[in-house]
Amino acid sequence: MNSPSNLNVVKHEAQATRNSCRVCAPLGSSLVFLGVQGCVPIIHGGQGCSTYVRRYLIGHFREPIDIASSNFSEASAVFGGGKNLLDGLANLTQQYHPELIGISTSCLSETMGEDIRGMIKDWGIGMPDTTNLPALVHVSTPSYKGSHRDGFYDAVKALVQQLATHGAVGAKPLPARVNLLPGFVSPADLRHLREICESFGLDATILPDYSQTLDDGQWDDWQALPNGGTTLERIRETAQAVHTIEFEDRLNNFVTAGQWLQETFHVTNSNLGLPIGIEACDNFFNLLAEISEQPIAKQFEQERARLLDSYVDAHKYAFGVRVAVFGDEEMVTALAKFLVEIGMVPVICATGGNTERVRQALLGIPCTEQINIIGTADYEDITDLCKIHNPALLIGNSKGYTVARELGIPLVRVGFPVQDRMGGQRLLHVGYEGTQRLFDEIINTWLTSQQDNSPIGYKTY
Amino acid sequence: MANDLVILEKRRGQVASVAEGFAPDAIVCDKPSVAGSVSQRACTFCGSRVVLYPISDALHLVHGPVGCASYTWDIRGSLSSDRELHRMSFCTDLRENEIIYGGADKLRKCLRELIPQYKPEAVFVYSTCIAGLIGDDIDAVCREVEPEFSIPIMNVQSEGFKGTKKDGYRAACDTLARLVGTDTTAKPTSDYSINLLGEFNIAGETWMIQKHLKEMGIEVVAGITGDGRVADIRRAHKAHLNVVQCSGSMTSLAKRMEEEYGIPFIRVSFFGLEDTAQAFYDIARHFENADMLKTVRTLVQREVGMVMSELVRIRARLEGKRAAIYVGGSFKAISLVRALRQIGVNTVLVGSQTGTSDDYSRLQAICDEGTVILDDSNPRELTHFCKMKHADLFIGGVKERPMAYKMGMGFCDHNHERKTPLAGFEGALYFAREVQASLLSPVWKFVRNEMSNEMCREVSHEQSI
Repeated sequence: MNSPSNLNVVKHEAQATRNSCRVCAPLGSSLVFLGVQGCVPIIHGGQGCSTYVRRYLIGHFREPIDIASSNFSEASAVFGGGKNLLDGLANLTQQYHPELIGISTSCLSETMGEDIRGMIKDWGIGMPDTTNLPALVHVSTPSYKGSHRDGFYDAVKALVQQLATHGAVGAKPLPARVNLLPGFVSPADLRHLREICESFGLDATILPDYSQTLDDGQWDDWQALPNGGTTLERIRETAQAVHTIEFEDRLNNFVTAGQWLQETFHVTNSNLGLPIGIEACDNFFNLLAEISEQPIAKQFEQERARLLDSYVDAHKYAFGVRVAVFGDEEMVTALAKFLVEIGMVPVICATGGNTERVRQALLGIPCTEQINIIGTADYEDITDLCKIHNPALLIGNSKGYTVARELGIPLVRVGFPVQDRMGGQRLLHVGYEGTQRLFDEIINTWLTSQQDNSPIGYKTY
Repeated sequence: MANDLVILEKRRGQVASVAEGFAPDAIVCDKPSVAGSVSQRACTFCGSRVVLYPISDALHLVHGPVGCASYTWDIRGSLSSDRELHRMSFCTDLRENEIIYGGADKLRKCLRELIPQYKPEAVFVYSTCIAGLIGDDIDAVCREVEPEFSIPIMNVQSEGFKGTKKDGYRAACDTLARLVGTDTTAKPTSDYSINLLGEFNIAGETWMIQKHLKEMGIEVVAGITGDGRVADIRRAHKAHLNVVQCSGSMTSLAKRMEEEYGIPFIRVSFFGLEDTAQAFYDIARHFENADMLKTVRTLVQREVGMVMSELVRIRARLEGKRAAIYVGGSFKAISLVRALRQIGVNTVLVGSQTGTSDDYSRLQAICDEGTVILDDSNPRELTHFCKMKHADLFIGGVKERPMAYKMGMGFCDHNHERKTPLAGFEGALYFAREVQASLLSPVWKFVRNEMSNEMCREVSHEQSI
């Protein structure tokens, strides 16, 4: 049962993409920069790149999102965009007074071979006043490589690599300080993760933290820089934490931010999947208990107990229900494991991202039926696979609505983006509480379809 | 905030206020965006993509990396009366391999794969930054593959870095100009035949307008591009008049058709009661047909009569409210100022991403003194002037929506993503209802900020809608 033979890798055979599941890397990196206090992102490329990314993020978060552009012209495409970038940084500094500017490249600047490091090394030289100059962090994010998910994780790594420092000579690790690198989760998830860490008395640096920058209340006046975010000081101090926890599905040849911190600054790194489902949450809570040497708080024990109780109440409805899961790699693998835990069958696991990342994360998953994995997928691939494997439910982002509508299969909206419903930013996925919410919604969506399609229309289930 | 810089030095000429003695060319426009500003504009590719987007039986293939295609997947409210190929997002998905070795081969393969599967009437291949930079000869691939399928396969030269969104409109018009007239066996059309240019059938607006045109005895040869069909565009040269609505995007095509086929064009707007009525009168006058003019008189009277009483009721509730307008093109802004005035709302700020000096001069002429005019603005400026002018309502696109809401302003979507038709007589009513819903919602009473509080005090008297 635990043999890898239950994983079947399906190839995206077509040359063209038809309704791609991927957007591009600068979206992910800009989102990370938006989760840093006092940071403004800039995309080094044409005007469209930043406008499209803003438009797409606004559709999900429904918050003001300012991302600048270095505004390439035909001349900059021929002669290089260095001047545009430096002008852009100066203008941004004047207008936004940021503490940090996060620079993402685009396909254009990458293909031209723009050397960002070289361009910004003279940043500030010749300026009349350099006292309040923002720090700069840059990340390589061409759209022809990887996906928005990769841009996200690469930007987290770039922040840590370019900012983390040892502090004073002989400085000891900061007590109770942990780094939590949660990956591409929702603002509600970030808030809940902080609450969990605090319950263990841990002082977590969550990176990035857009729990407020992208989910804030009304403003009295316009703010160039949104409230909240991980502070620069905190990012610098990631080198002095006692532990790093990252929710990232690893690939052999990629060094994660947590691994880099471990190798460079000897901060112990633990790599877990997203804490969705009892088993994954237990791993996370037990690790926190171990690091903090504190017991799990009663509140969470009760949440776990209620969750388990609901698993039992609904187990017959869940058993054997075939599901297609799609989205970014970490969300897909975490959901697949959770679904297997409750007796459902994730017959399709599709991602616009990396096939191998999903396959490796799912190795050994105790599922009796075959799981069909497809990477670099588009929504037409998912439609085709659904026609073969007949899932009763779709679980994924709102872009999958096309598939749901065409095939008449109900869609449970999770992850990113959720652009056709309110509250995508408030969807809670992680922890016992997030799992409970997901569990109820998944079971109820299934029950709704049973009830609606029943010729009798039972009033109790 | 100390040392707060609202307007970047280089942008000073693009901001003005209507005043006595305001010079007609006081607004600087038609410029590339300033580096580091958070412009609300998109790129050349976007301009081309949105103009051609509604052609629903063509395959729109983005030759570039996947982002450009994903961001433009099913993004507009343009409806089609039959096929819906335009709602798909096709991309050659260039990867590292193609960046190094060239993408022509992949483009060829994609065309040969997609055309038999989706059977389009034409293919538009959009060139992106990357395709331009690596120098793929898209034209050559199109010419090579075209004979295999006997449909037009056309390159759209829309490399993102080539200019602004407006340059993308021009690139789209170039492509359309090559398509117009290719149906050499097209039959003559009626004496009263037109093409509708720059009407994109958002939420079925083209259909609402066509209903009236039909009543006037007018034959619409081609919607360019609203509810557009390749076959119609190919025979569009047979029409006797081009009626141009979104002039920013379509004037260049109209001019070329005038030069090549001698088809005159008129600029109209189907937005707001006044401008809509004016548009139908202008068309009838062009054809110098007394019966048609009489029909227009009857239909305008009838249609205005149907919506007027509700508009008057709404006006009574909204009188004295202040609006800020920031849209893509400046011509539309002129209609918006008038339409708002119709329902008692004053425009205190108006601007556009890609306006022309002609239109800015007209705006200056029709707006009240003190109205702020902005070209290619950004969130920093927009919010600053909204607050300064105490705007209650913002009219713009989805990018501006959260900004407006965060500042406690109502918001109406007047971009092409909307799901509500705002054109024609009926549309004027929908627009008024939407403005009303935005301004009179009771939620504002919980919003602390000053201008909204003031508004809510008024609202509390008007709860009985």
